[in-house]
Amino acid sequence: MITYILRRLLSSIPVLIGILFVTFALARWIPGDPCRAILGEKATDVVCDEFIHRHGLDKPIPTQFIVYAGEILRGDLGNSIRYSKPITDLLVERLPTTLELTLSAMTFSVIVGIPMGIISAVKHNSAVDVVTMMAANIGVSMPVFWLGLMLAYVFALLLKGTPLQLPPSGRLSPGLSPQAFYEVWGWTTTSPFLAGMLEFLSRLNILNAVLTLRWDVFWDAVKHMILPAMAVGTIPLALIARMTRSSMLDVLGQDYIRTARAKGASRRSMVLKHALRNALLPLVTIIGLSLGSFLGGAVLTETIFGLSGVGRILYDSITARDYGVVQGFTVVIAVFFVILNLLVDISYTYLDPRVRLD
Amino acid sequence: MSEQTTQVAKLDAEKVRGDKPVTLWRTAWRRLFKRKSAIVGMVILGFLVLVAIFANVLAPYSPYDVLIGVENVKMRQSPCIHLLGCPADQPQHIMGIDGNVRDEFSRLIFGSRYSLMIGFTTVSFAIVIGTTLGALAGYLGGWVDNVIMRVMDVVLAFPSLLLAIVIVTILGPGIQNALLAIGIVSIPSYARVIRSAVLTTKQMEFVEASRSLGASPMYILFSRILPNSLTPLIVTGTLGIATAILDAAALSFLGLGAQPPMPEWGTMLGAERNQVFTAPHLVFYPGLAIMLTVLAFNLLGDGMRDALDPRLAQRGE
Repeated sequence: MITYILRRLLSSIPVLIGILFVTFALARWIPGDPCRAILGEKATDVVCDEFIHRHGLDKPIPTQFIVYAGEILRGDLGNSIRYSKPITDLLVERLPTTLELTLSAMTFSVIVGIPMGIISAVKHNSAVDVVTMMAANIGVSMPVFWLGLMLAYVFALLLKGTPLQLPPSGRLSPGLSPQAFYEVWGWTTTSPFLAGMLEFLSRLNILNAVLTLRWDVFWDAVKHMILPAMAVGTIPLALIARMTRSSMLDVLGQDYIRTARAKGASRRSMVLKHALRNALLPLVTIIGLSLGSFLGGAVLTETIFGLSGVGRILYDSITARDYGVVQGFTVVIAVFFVILNLLVDISYTYLDPRVRLD
Repeated sequence: MSEQTTQVAKLDAEKVRGDKPVTLWRTAWRRLFKRKSAIVGMVILGFLVLVAIFANVLAPYSPYDVLIGVENVKMRQSPCIHLLGCPADQPQHIMGIDGNVRDEFSRLIFGSRYSLMIGFTTVSFAIVIGTTLGALAGYLGGWVDNVIMRVMDVVLAFPSLLLAIVIVTILGPGIQNALLAIGIVSIPSYARVIRSAVLTTKQMEFVEASRSLGASPMYILFSRILPNSLTPLIVTGTLGIATAILDAAALSFLGLGAQPPMPEWGTMLGAERNQVFTAPHLVFYPGLAIMLTVLAFNLLGDGMRDALDPRLAQRGE
């Protein structure tokens, strides 16, 4: 098993180098003059020459790439020209919003999708099954941005005044200013890395509210996440429901299920204990594969629900030609993606012993 | 046992009568028509194709005509349908008026042309390039395979929509560049599908036979191996059209794809996104149209997967 993990780790190195290369090239190819995009159309040539020299944009491209790769390996993503601060700071600011949205969407799709799939499989070909699978087909075909806007319309306007009313934008209601958990606990640190990590965690509003025991903030944060999470989570939810159904149907037809029934296992324990465990295996893959869908959905949803996360800043930076931010965020997202896929593969070897023997 | 014998006898009898031979494609067609979801998909798709072809006839107005001074209508007016009690002296606009005082229904009808065009062109582009790369990788193996597939891995390492956004930014916003970007990000899935199909087919006896008869490698690849690797490609392609339409709509929604005044559904929706609370009809209908189109391709693709799966064919389903 360890050799398998090592082999997988080694095989992702070329991919990581490729990612560095692609992000570097992409940011260089973005048309337009970065100097005048930042300093304005009226910047003189002298000012621009000085600007380009200061940011190393006048060196040969290969040198720029080597400098860039070296900096990334040391964990330095450079500075944002527009915000004039390190990109790692921007990551600490923006990534928690997207992460919270992605995790909420994932939770939503798993806790709704799996039971939907199980019920469909157990009541195969019944009306419930047909309706669920129709709903799943429609769910997969839903444009995320449309769903988001329609959810906002229904829950913020049509249901206004009812208990089901939900806020259509932002992460917290105005006036709520929760304290970071590390301040409440009186933690201080001199290491900038640890400080960054603490700041990052405290910006996950829901987690921070739990750690500081502020239940009013917790509810408010959860309420603000419901609509965006539903919008982002619907496509993966439909995929998960379909996958659970088909793998449950596969498993329910196996001999050992018949054996379990013959020895007198109750229907409930047969479904939940004997079948579900084995049916969950392909789900790990589907959830792993849906990560791209979650992230792409987050980019679209953030602009609709007024969340200032990764999607928002990427979009803004592209229009402002802030090379560094585009590069930095794309690299981090891609690396994150590779690592998650690696974890999915490795969890497979743990869950399914047959893979290990390969 | 006896059942089998009668079946064989029946088959022989058919042969004697000189019936058409049973081919994979014929059985696949027959099985496709037995699946309700596939039929629903084909019906929606047929309807959309008809709408796209006869858009000139069906649309009551031109998609670009501004109706100021032509009719007594207000900007973003709600739908007016005579059958549902809208006063008869008012002009009928069954999906209302958009932000530039144009008939939303006519724009929606013309939009079907763009959606279908987007779906087919991006997927054809991705299939041509993806098939070539995948076939070369699978057939030649070795370092060619390694280089091609590692590049595909890198492309797959980015969330597809994100990569498409970055590519469009480099090329500049516009429908052609959006199509190209979506085409590029979908190449790896076709390359992978074809590669694995080629790897399996390559080892079959009929390929060996061709080779021993002295056929050239290119001939073997294009006339022996590729035609036999088509089934998974057709399924992936149909499902891929659905994804391509969704992604293109998303790019247009962000202002990176089709540009106004083009009546493209994503662009129409994006232009009115801030009016969702005051004029929900302008968001609702274009989105519904996108969803139905995508649904049609998804249903058809799923149906095809079931119909073309040879394992199901052997079970006689």
